Amino acid sequence: MTGDAAGLLGAADSESRAEGRPSAAASEGLAAQERRGRRAGYWQAAPFALVFLLFFLVPLALTIVVSFWEYNEYEIIPAATLQNYGDIFDGCIATLPDLCLAFKTYLSTAKFCVLVWGLTLLIGFTVAYFVAFHVRSITVQTALFLVCTIPFWTSNVIRMISWVPLLGRNGLVNQALVGAGLGDRPLEWLLFSDFSVVLAFVHLYTTFMIVPIFNSMVRIDRSLIEAAHDAGASGWQILWNVVIPLAKPGIAIGSIFVVTLVMGDFVTVGIMGGQQIASVGKVIQVQMSYLQFPAAAANAVVLLGIVLLFIVAMTRLVDIRKEL
Amino acid sequence: MGGDGRRPASFYWLAAFFGLFVLFLYGPTVTTLILSFQGPQGGLTFPLNGLSLFWFGKLWAGLGVVDIWAAFRRSFALGLVVMVLTVTLSFLAGLAFRKRFRGQDFLFLVAVASLIVPSIVVSLGIGLEFRLVDEGVKALAERTGSPWLEGYTTAMGLFTSGLGAHLTWTLPFGLLIMFAVFNRFNPAYEEAARDLGASRWQTVRHVVIPIILPSLIGVALFGFTLSWDEVARSSQAIGGQNTLPLELQGLTTTVTTPEIYALGTLTTGVSLVVIASALALVAVLRRRGARRGSDAGQGLV
Repeated sequence: MTGDAAGLLGAADSESRAEGRPSAAASEGLAAQERRGRRAGYWQAAPFALVFLLFFLVPLALTIVVSFWEYNEYEIIPAATLQNYGDIFDGCIATLPDLCLAFKTYLSTAKFCVLVWGLTLLIGFTVAYFVAFHVRSITVQTALFLVCTIPFWTSNVIRMISWVPLLGRNGLVNQALVGAGLGDRPLEWLLFSDFSVVLAFVHLYTTFMIVPIFNSMVRIDRSLIEAAHDAGASGWQILWNVVIPLAKPGIAIGSIFVVTLVMGDFVTVGIMGGQQIASVGKVIQVQMSYLQFPAAAANAVVLLGIVLLFIVAMTRLVDIRKEL
Repeated sequence: MGGDGRRPASFYWLAAFFGLFVLFLYGPTVTTLILSFQGPQGGLTFPLNGLSLFWFGKLWAGLGVVDIWAAFRRSFALGLVVMVLTVTLSFLAGLAFRKRFRGQDFLFLVAVASLIVPSIVVSLGIGLEFRLVDEGVKALAERTGSPWLEGYTTAMGLFTSGLGAHLTWTLPFGLLIMFAVFNRFNPAYEEAARDLGASRWQTVRHVVIPIILPSLIGVALFGFTLSWDEVARSSQAIGGQNTLPLELQGLTTTVTTPEIYALGTLTTGVSLVVIASALALVAVLRRRGARRGSDAGQGLV
């Protein structure tokens, strides 16, 4: 599970898809078999494709369509109106320089994105670097890699709740602080605050950085590092000029995961923010619960647009295709 | 970094950092695990007022209005179905991608996009789709007065919209793992089987599957655990009956006793049992493969 191990979250060479062609001197029998095999390819891919058609492409298309519909308290009505988009940014220009609700929500989400991205990148890179370059035994490497990924397979909600006994007003951290005389009153901002939201995000999503970065790092040819070393580069110079540039695709994939996860989140912000902090995902969820589907759809389309822009920007900066 | 046996100072700093990270990763969960054994007088935080199974007992008796055990069974059943479908569909798709087929790049792009598009958007889309279907069917029922459409309420449900929502999350992982596996799969084994007169099905059944079995178990692990814990994609697409994590999410605001930790310990326990069994199974298969001198299990988990 080491090595290219981390195919887990984002590695598979495109060559794999071009395999299995026989040599040019294929006999007629082979050609017939090949044709049959190729036809088999279609029915083998069909169920997989059907799931994504029914539960991904059609829903996305419907979301875009419905975002132009009208609605009242009882029903949604087919139409072609931009009203829902207008409603999202209602008064946003007029009230400038004061921020309207939509801008405030997006700004708050953007703040979480930047903070969580920076922290997960720093922690994830360091952890991946240690496991990839400082652990020599493949077995230990596999074990440490597993230690980092196992929490990914357990419940996010429980991992969030588990901060309560630590950060609450009577939690361990406050008990320790007050007990050590570092404060006379327990800190209130530890839980149900921006702080706890960022903490939970970092807790949940650092794995999404570690895995692709680790995957990039183990592919780095060790002789490059030795060459740099022999040429007199210091440890930092090797890190900066060799390791980081070669780990860039992994960093980009990890960043896409983390940023898009934070951008669309409503569960973590809800639970860790004590249901008091706004996020785009939460706005959509609330509108759904009030059956304002066209409004929710318009918000979803705007969110989707921003996510796509971000991904396009990332792929412009770094060529991810090499990793996929 | 050299191979001379002596560790540079940076090794110890980084090892310490790694240790702290692991503490950060597991510490909170271990805390709730301990607190779920609170005595009957204990609260949501330390200190422990004795050790007991009191809160597990209360959980066993049921959590107020929420039928937690029904949710448990539903989630477990859904997890199993998602697991089987994820393994089957990813494996078949993996085979298909080894040959060339028209639209393969598009399908791959869609699968990756499904991983990246925010879950709330996917969930909303599926919710909308099923609502529109419901309205269509109801309109049809009214117009035709057909007896079998009478009493129709909704097509939304655990094993329709809910299942679909989970698959959009588990299948991309399955496909990426299959790519990594078939990437290093030596086609010579299949050619040898074919030369010995094996049919295509026999080749898959007796050669390909045994060799990649550890990886298929890995896909199964992703399928079950990701479905078992899924919240965001289910939220708008599950219909009337909630899964366990959705109930748990609701309970975070209402339950103020260690019962919620007991529930957390229980669900994490299920996840850990599944993870441990999968890893053990992979280890056994690899050892057996190594003994027989095959390269089975050279792929990832």
